[in-house]
Amino acid sequence: MMSPHTLWTAFATIFRREVRRFTRIWPQTLVPPVITMSLYFVIFGSLIGRRIGEMGGFSYMEFVVPGLIMMAVITNSYSNVASSFYSAKFQRNVEELLVAPIPNWVIMAGYVLGGVARGLIVGFVVTVIALLFTALEVQHLALTIAIVFMAAVLFSLAGFINAIFANSFDDISIIPTFVLTPLTYLGGVFYSIELLSPFWQGLSKLNPVLYMVNAFRYGVLGVSDINVAWAFVGVLVFIALLFGWGLHLMSHGKRLRH
Amino acid sequence: MTAALSISNLQKTYDNGFQALKGISFDVQPGDFFALLGPNGAGKSTTIGIICSLVRKTGGSVSIFGVDIDKDFAAAKQMLGVVPQEFNFSQFEKVFDIVATQGGFYGMPRALAEERTEKYLKQLGLWDKRSTQARMLSGGMKRRLMIARALIHEPKLLILDEPTAGVDIELRRSMWTFLEEINRQGTTIILTTHYLEEAESLCRNIAIIDKGDIVENTSIRSLLKTLNREVFILDVRDPLEACPDLGGFDGRLVDENSLEVTVEKGQSLNDLFTRLGEQGVAVVSMRNRANRLEELFVSLLAEAEKEGTE
Repeated sequence: MMSPHTLWTAFATIFRREVRRFTRIWPQTLVPPVITMSLYFVIFGSLIGRRIGEMGGFSYMEFVVPGLIMMAVITNSYSNVASSFYSAKFQRNVEELLVAPIPNWVIMAGYVLGGVARGLIVGFVVTVIALLFTALEVQHLALTIAIVFMAAVLFSLAGFINAIFANSFDDISIIPTFVLTPLTYLGGVFYSIELLSPFWQGLSKLNPVLYMVNAFRYGVLGVSDINVAWAFVGVLVFIALLFGWGLHLMSHGKRLRH
Repeated sequence: MTAALSISNLQKTYDNGFQALKGISFDVQPGDFFALLGPNGAGKSTTIGIICSLVRKTGGSVSIFGVDIDKDFAAAKQMLGVVPQEFNFSQFEKVFDIVATQGGFYGMPRALAEERTEKYLKQLGLWDKRSTQARMLSGGMKRRLMIARALIHEPKLLILDEPTAGVDIELRRSMWTFLEEINRQGTTIILTTHYLEEAESLCRNIAIIDKGDIVENTSIRSLLKTLNREVFILDVRDPLEACPDLGGFDGRLVDENSLEVTVEKGQSLNDLFTRLGEQGVAVVSMRNRANRLEELFVSLLAEAEKEGTE
């Protein structure tokens, strides 16, 4: 059994390596989301937004900014862990971790926090760019930070599980393309679900991204389509479930050990 | 004395039903330089995979310095270093980072990991390449990088799976010297190799594995004693037109400057040289036709094959 100090060292080593990886390839990891989000701000927020008018009591630019920041955090956390852990499997350097005396939960924590770091860095840069287009007066700072951190953890865990199951690089793009992107676009990033008919509103409430986007928007603007408490409960439950699932897969060596 | 590695009735059956290990047992004593030999697919890499946790065993037990891997794998792993057969590092990381990071995985403080990284990269001739991405290294350098990485936590037991595969002769010799030195300093070494000359030069004890079974487990010295015959190539000074009279020895003319002679157990090389001398044949050099261990290896596998078909 490793002592708490050696466990911390092992965790910090994995985390440091993850940060080193995405900062080394910053033109691939940090720049593209910033450019994409800037285009969203210009096109949806500024050009089209002027014609849309108010949404939820705010200018369209003000309304859309929190959702776009959350979208950047979610997609970057997910893709960081999915691509990093799958690459480690593909190049077999995951074996460096598997032969070392590190518990599985520490390996997962290191990768997940690496994903969180990228998500939050991208989120921060996108926020700074958003400030060029609109003023943001955060209404509930602690809540805002808490929900963005928890969302980053949740989607990093999801990316980790995706990487465990993946057998090819195609497999780590299928979920983001066919599941994550639709859920995000339909998760109230660009509109209030009050605009939808009751049926579509009910259906939207099954979308977990809706809760995170709205909780974050509540933190920034003070308005939400849903009960924010449920968002926190839901995210915590999903984090626990995905962490448990990930640990189960690791301990059974799913696609990692023969 | 507690064995450095104790394997008892180790079994592995893969999901497709292939039985890679049929219940093998052997011990490796502390300080030993041990060879695990066998043809491709014999079960060597599966055995190593189980020892280092990359392969799940179906049955049996493995202990490293008395620590059962089923009871405290973390403690067992701290004493174990593994150099796998295939490159398994990130191709895009720098040499220094790969080795130092591995130290962190074993809980080593960064300063100590960096100090050891410098020590082993220098010893293995990679210090000049410390800032190079691993993908830019030659095959031999990549192998040495994996050795440095496996030594970073200074394990008591080092397992090397084909460490000199694809490495040129000069580099292979320098790697042998390095391994002999760390063995002298107390590290127990287990080596799998296809170069039987390597096993004969470096190792004291041996286990030969074939089709998931141990077919021989003894010292290399005792094994070589069981050799019933050796075939020598003799280089002669003056060209020969025909094979000279070799008396009781079997032989043939390979070309005008060399003879191939089989010496059975009990026959004396003195008799052979006397007979050749009487005929005016001067021998300038001689060598084994094949590595002695290779001949034994082939005959042991042939015997195992024969027993298997009977």
